Amino acid sequence: MGENLFVGMAKGLRTWLESNHFLPIVTDVFLMLLAVVGVLGFLFLNALFLIYYDRKFGAWVQARLGPNRVGPRGIFQTVADTLKLFAKEIFIPNNVDRWPYLLAPVLIFTIPVMLFLVIPFGKGMVPYDLNLGVLYLVAVTSVETIVLWMAGWSSNNKYSLLGAMRSVAQMLSYEMPVIFAMLSVVMMAGSMKLSDIVAAQQKVWFIFLQPVGFLIYFIAVNAEFKRTPFDLVEGESEIISGPYTEYSGMNFALFFLAEYTNFMIGAIMVTTLFLGGWNAPFGWTFIPSWLWFIIKMYFVITLYMWTRWTFLRIRIDQMLNFAWKFLLPVSLVNIFVTGVGLYLYRMIRW
Amino acid sequence: MEIKTIQSEEEKLIGKNVFLTTLDAVFNWARGNSLWPLTFGLACCAIEVMAAGGPKYDFSRFGYEVWRPSPRHADLMIVAGTITKKMQPLVLRLYEQMAEPKYVIAMGSCAISGGPFVDSYHVVPGANTFLPVDVYIPGCPPRPEALLYGWLELKRKIQNPRVVKK
Ligand code: SF4
Repeated sequence: MGENLFVGMAKGLRTWLESNHFLPIVTDVFLMLLAVVGVLGFLFLNALFLIYYDRKFGAWVQARLGPNRVGPRGIFQTVADTLKLFAKEIFIPNNVDRWPYLLAPVLIFTIPVMLFLVIPFGKGMVPYDLNLGVLYLVAVTSVETIVLWMAGWSSNNKYSLLGAMRSVAQMLSYEMPVIFAMLSVVMMAGSMKLSDIVAAQQKVWFIFLQPVGFLIYFIAVNAEFKRTPFDLVEGESEIISGPYTEYSGMNFALFFLAEYTNFMIGAIMVTTLFLGGWNAPFGWTFIPSWLWFIIKMYFVITLYMWTRWTFLRIRIDQMLNFAWKFLLPVSLVNIFVTGVGLYLYRMIRW
Repeated sequence: MEIKTIQSEEEKLIGKNVFLTTLDAVFNWARGNSLWPLTFGLACCAIEVMAAGGPKYDFSRFGYEVWRPSPRHADLMIVAGTITKKMQPLVLRLYEQMAEPKYVIAMGSCAISGGPFVDSYHVVPGANTFLPVDVYIPGCPPRPEALLYGWLELKRKIQNPRVVKK
């Protein structure tokens, strides 16, 4: 019943528009715009909720109560925060590079939105099923570094610049294990299309066939999206807030929201590549596929938050050593083993 | 006398403008509920601020636990401790770096008047000599409950600007 909720809605709208003799192109554009608005709404609401959830989770880990005064159980806390930042002064220091400085907060939010283009939310719910979905994901996530670099460089502040440099170093070193872990999944699925990868996990999820790949990916994605054991980019005790130091008001709010949206994207990628995407486990299809997707996403998010509130921040040299001397060799070995395993499997079968 | 009447007429006009006042009320509600403090402390009172953030007193209940290291993101400066003459310009600079609207809480007798060191040659006698202080919290040091009470009084002040005007 709920399974075809969104697909059915789109179909119904399309037939209704066509029966009213709209031009086909108008229908297409309208439906595409509707999809974009839907994705944006999903993104914003989730980011708002995630901030609240993170604070609550952190409070729970530290035996505190967490926000509980604004709205029932403090659920409107982030709404109040966003409204406040909305009405706060946007401060532009004198010696900043005006264009990149003002452009960076706008661009930072476009990247997660672009990533949502290829993600299969449910059965038949892919905004655009790209052939090279995995490659697209990798390519677009790394663009974020350029935006952070823009912010850091143009702020004309030593802390911002240091943070931006760290973000570049981090992205360069952790992109490798991410790509290699993805490659092992692509080898198993035999396709770079995300919907194919999800379809290949119908029987067995890749987390069981690729446990090492999963671990590498889990850690490296955490680093790529700068979550706490690896949040050197805004290491508060050393470099104030990294590239965000000079931003105030809504500009800062955009960075803040983008951070949580990226975090959500990381969880979504783990879900899609390793946890079977929208596939229902044990054949429990009475829960619609998109709901399964959201449940799994929140499970992964909770795991990441657990990591975040448990571990300390590590030093930059430890972080780079870990990437180059440990994660990269292990992921290479993992690929080799996967290749040999696939070859043997084929030999046995035929 | 005359100035007073003019002001009240202006206020009446503003009061008629329903849209403006409701939007103000919404923003004041939001401001009062998300006072992000600037991470800094000057002396022993700062320890008490940390205690207020811990599990026992926990000001995150009110949504105030988002410590901001950068003054550009912060709304509230808690002057918690002794302000020495050497530190005073830096405190002032931090205040000036914060983006409007910004609020100041003077915590402890040092920040109110110089406290035990009031007649010292190197202590500034009170934060109000160079900062617009919104709420004073007496004590040496004030207990975490007192800090929370002061914080909530500031919230009341922000959310009911009329109370403060009178
Ligand atoms: S008021 Fe008392 S406790 Fe607070 S900083 Fe001054 S001397 Fe220390």
